[in-house]
Amino acid sequence: MTVLHSAPRWTSNEGVLDTLVAALGDMVVASKEEHGEIVLTVARDRVEDALRLLRDEHEYQQLMDIAGVDYPQRAERFDVCYCLLSVTRNHRIVVKVTTDEVAPVPTVTTLWPNAGWYEREVYDMFGVLFAGNPDLRRILTDYGFQGHPFRKDFPLTGYVELRYSEEDKRVVYEPVQLAQDLRQFDFMSPWEGADYVLPGDEKAVQAAPPPKVDTPKTTEKPADTGAGAKANAEAAKKTDGDGA
Amino acid sequence: MSLSLEQSPTTGDDVITNYTINFGPQHPAAHGVLRMVMELDGEIIERIDPHVGLLHRGTEKLIEHKTYLQALPYFDRLDYCSPLAMEHSYVLAVEKLLNIEVPLRAQYLRVLFAELTRICNHMLNLGSHVMDVGAMTPNLWMFEVREDCLNFFERASGARMHAAWFRPGGVHQDVPLKLLTDIADWIDTRLHPLFNDAMSLVVDNRIFKQRNVDIGVVSKEDALRWGFSGPMIRGSGIAWDLRKSQPYDVYDRMDFAVPVGTSGDCYDRFMVRVEEVRQSARIIQQCIAQMPEGPVASTDRKVVPPKRAEMKQSMEALIHHFKLYTEGFHVPAGEVYVATESPKGEFGVYLVSDGSNKPYRCKIRPTAFSHLQAMDFMSVGHMLPDVTAIIGAIDVVFGECDR
Repeated sequence: MTVLHSAPRWTSNEGVLDTLVAALGDMVVASKEEHGEIVLTVARDRVEDALRLLRDEHEYQQLMDIAGVDYPQRAERFDVCYCLLSVTRNHRIVVKVTTDEVAPVPTVTTLWPNAGWYEREVYDMFGVLFAGNPDLRRILTDYGFQGHPFRKDFPLTGYVELRYSEEDKRVVYEPVQLAQDLRQFDFMSPWEGADYVLPGDEKAVQAAPPPKVDTPKTTEKPADTGAGAKANAEAAKKTDGDGA
Repeated sequence: MSLSLEQSPTTGDDVITNYTINFGPQHPAAHGVLRMVMELDGEIIERIDPHVGLLHRGTEKLIEHKTYLQALPYFDRLDYCSPLAMEHSYVLAVEKLLNIEVPLRAQYLRVLFAELTRICNHMLNLGSHVMDVGAMTPNLWMFEVREDCLNFFERASGARMHAAWFRPGGVHQDVPLKLLTDIADWIDTRLHPLFNDAMSLVVDNRIFKQRNVDIGVVSKEDALRWGFSGPMIRGSGIAWDLRKSQPYDVYDRMDFAVPVGTSGDCYDRFMVRVEEVRQSARIIQQCIAQMPEGPVASTDRKVVPPKRAEMKQSMEALIHHFKLYTEGFHVPAGEVYVATESPKGEFGVYLVSDGSNKPYRCKIRPTAFSHLQAMDFMSVGHMLPDVTAIIGAIDVVFGECDR
């Protein structure tokens, strides 16, 4: 694909993916190169070894970020993505592991001291556990916060709101009360494969089919119509059309 | 006496017990809402535990519920001292997923205003750094320059701070020619005289040097290990600038120098920023000189909405306008990590798209996270007043750190 965009241009990706996959061997679970980004998925329990190899043998000296992503429909719902930068080779890659709510990911604070806060952030926001992180506290949310707000099943409004209480002379937490329902606009066109029921369409599904009868009603001869005999023979007579 | 308290004999026979103080969250030298729990031995710092997140607004979660265009203004509100630099990473990330071409004039305009943002940001940081260590006057002078920059943003976008002017595919609207000539004049007649005057009071000042030289020294190896970027890594002597090494937009056409420090202390970081202001002025002059005429946004009508005049004539334009401002554009599924050189360092956006009109996940890589985390190792052994110099040289803004 020709590159049309003007996003940062680093050293060519050519051959890098094959080299790294060969070097990491059986630690690699999946690998891909899309949109000019090399993404390697490695086994969860081997992530520290994999990143150590990338840092020491392949010159990815800097850990720029650790990002969590939540895919609730998957068995291992969380992705933990390590964004690595090589200052000497001028190159970037993303290394991923998958995990769930209980399986801990080995810490990489042993490789990069700045991984500490990034792991704390992923723990705080997604509830991913990092085995070996010496200081796995919450970092961005409030002291005593409950829940993991960036999970897809955490509501955008949260559960509690806080205000200053004049009576108690302190800040108090209360359940969220919205004066108006949170409006979730959905501008997806229903003609282009919407995967939900349009408002009003649910009635069509709910309406029960008519009950079955023993002998279905048919009209094959005039007697079946139920109209009976003509009530007034005079009425059937044709007039001459003047209406008088 | 409790056994849990560490005891260190520092004054001969007397035993002084370590004590803990709170620095912030409301402290003028904390540059925002930073709370640092400091363990002190007299005035010597033994341990610092920074508590961040007091300004956490859940920007990344909010972005997941907005279309790609509606998500853009959130970036202005991250690092509110350099709003356009934040937008730059985001629009480049969206463009990378879409793989659309940006017209050359738009690329020049984005570089020009990104550099103007850099000057604007550095004016605030240099001024407040100077003020944190005791001087008042240079800050006031540099706010003059900052005010001029904000006026330029207003003339380009209509907003002084939260410009929301960069768009996926270009910029929102063209700038008048008078604005470009005014910026060129301003660099010669205002920026250089004012900035040079202010710096002449500071850079060779004995008190300023006493407060900054050899404070918070970071070696090259430590700068790499701690994920430093921007002026922090350059202050440690590594000539690493994403504008040079991984050029985006038209930075590869620009002729500018990357200043580096020699000893990696607070003074070096300060001086790197001082020189960056001058280099930014050079880039702006080159942009103005080289900028071609032409469209300022992609003509791909599936991404960039048409102008109003066009809508009066064309049914097709009207439909595109309606679709783009309601449903928005769809971005191909995939994931990219795009980082640009913001005034504070590497500002990255890790964007995951599921092919719909809203980002599935937008992780923002703040510059301050790595730098502030290193507060502990930079400050240990220093005196309490040195902390303000170290924070000032980090250039931290909490809108961005806490998101």
